[in-house]
Amino acid sequence: MIASLLAQAGDWTSPSIDWAALAPEIVLAIGVNIILLLDLQLAETKKWAIATITGFVLLGSFVAVVVLAVTGDGARSLFDGRYVVDDYALILKALFLLAAYVVVLLSQTELEEGGYYQGEFYVLLVCSVLGMVMMASARDLVSIFVALELLSIPAYMMAAWNKRNRKSNEAGIKYYLLGVFASAVLLYGMSLLFGATGSTKLTDIGAALLDGDLIGLDVVAVVFVVCGFAFKISAVPFHQWAPDTYEGAPTPVTAFFSVATKAAGFVALMSVVFIAFPGADGVYQPLIWVMAALTMTFGNVLALRQTNIVRMLAYSSVSQGGFILMPLAFAGEPGVGPAALNAVIVYLIAYAFMNLGAFAVVIAVTRKTRSGEISSFGGLFSYAPGLAVAMTIFFASLAGIPPLAGWFAKFNAFKAVLDAGTTAAYVLAAIAAVNTVIAAAYYMRVLRVVWMDEAPDGDTSPVKSPAPVVAALAITVLGTIVLGVLPNLIARAGAIDALTGAFAG
Amino acid sequence: MIAVIEPTWYLLLAAMLFGIGAFGLMVRRNPLIMFMCVELMLNAANLTFVAMATRLNDINGQTAVFFVLVVAAAEVVVGLGILVSILRRRPGATADDLAELKG
Repeated sequence: MIASLLAQAGDWTSPSIDWAALAPEIVLAIGVNIILLLDLQLAETKKWAIATITGFVLLGSFVAVVVLAVTGDGARSLFDGRYVVDDYALILKALFLLAAYVVVLLSQTELEEGGYYQGEFYVLLVCSVLGMVMMASARDLVSIFVALELLSIPAYMMAAWNKRNRKSNEAGIKYYLLGVFASAVLLYGMSLLFGATGSTKLTDIGAALLDGDLIGLDVVAVVFVVCGFAFKISAVPFHQWAPDTYEGAPTPVTAFFSVATKAAGFVALMSVVFIAFPGADGVYQPLIWVMAALTMTFGNVLALRQTNIVRMLAYSSVSQGGFILMPLAFAGEPGVGPAALNAVIVYLIAYAFMNLGAFAVVIAVTRKTRSGEISSFGGLFSYAPGLAVAMTIFFASLAGIPPLAGWFAKFNAFKAVLDAGTTAAYVLAAIAAVNTVIAAAYYMRVLRVVWMDEAPDGDTSPVKSPAPVVAALAITVLGTIVLGVLPNLIARAGAIDALTGAFAG
Repeated sequence: MIAVIEPTWYLLLAAMLFGIGAFGLMVRRNPLIMFMCVELMLNAANLTFVAMATRLNDINGQTAVFFVLVVAAAEVVVGLGILVSILRRRPGATADDLAELKG
């Protein structure tokens, strides 16, 4: 083996790297180091500056993404097509950066007042975002795995951030153990996939799986890889960690998990399904069908009986994951692929705005009430009408009521599924329709408490929200309404038949 | 002359290691042992990568292992950190004791 290594070393030349295409990642990587070094220098009273700097780092990376999107002429392929910067990747990178920015806004006051370790938190947050941004471009099993771990490992620490709190500890260890278990399952699947197809590059795997019949090894590999990602997107039956981690972790971190890390899991799943598994649609489609049906049903039924709002939002986010997963169950049907891809991306964008918004309202209200119980939201309209209206917008959007973003996302997902036109598709669409009604029930229950009930402790002094939280609310309200009223904005942006390497044949 | 062991045997060994790790993770209740079980699973994946690389005569499988080793080391550091912060608060806690969050 050493001899063959040396033989290869002779004719090795450094690959030419398109540095401009890597600009968003480079900005984030440099930003991480700047934040880390500044944190060492700043006095404890000036730590608030770190949040502002983190915001600028994310903004800088966002500008790089926009410049690439505007000036880009088609896809830029790096490292022999193992790292691709195309429209699909750029849209998702922008989504991750925007979601992270909102999370920074939400974390700022929470961390300052809670006496948490501020500098380190933002370092980990940006590291995690760097992993997500890489994930959007990764087109190789190894780079997908490394990106997934880069985004997960800081997330384990962020879940346990409030280390003096036993619930936060427990959230961290549960997330860690199940997350690492999922990584091991995924990695074992990847190693089998490498053995079965002879490559770690997604396009080569796709070609190898299309060529000839599937053997047992291929089937096992595909199942392991899909199940590994199912943990990350908290699909039933791999969802057990999600409610516990969401409840125990600090709320801004929960917002980050429920939107950004979940979206990253979906991005990886999409890249793999569309590029590597077109030849294995007979294997992954039934698997995803069952997971989607179970995920939305279990998530909704369990959400119905929750009394803690964060836990309810956790189950709601599990069930929304089922809706996002739904179009992927028909990704391999002829002609449905582009519609399914579009539906998932549109849903991820809409979901990011409305779910971050819902958590922003919860953070703003619990600053005053100091309680996560749904009943403590009683009388919100009487003392904080602005927050009550914002909450109504987000919950109505999550329930899928027009003309808000969630409605268009659900409509798109149903459309993609019905396009498939098979019996399985109609059955899944029917299950989803029933679930939409169940979901509306628990969202409306919260809204009834907000609008109809009296404040439980009779305290109707107004809520004073800090400026960053107000900014986060403004961004998310705007996003939720604009995407609902003008769905063309993302409908077009999501129409990417140029996921490089997919839909070729 | 030493008999050459076929890569297939390594694949079987890896599958067994993976199974033992997964089984251990589910039945053991000491968080530290659970970490070790996960490591066993990751190393089963590594062994599969190497065995497949030998079988296919492809260096890519071997390079993948280096990435996995680094990532696994980082994971252990984080996991032990979280575990220490729990055990400081609750000495001798097992996975069953960590049940404040449920429903």
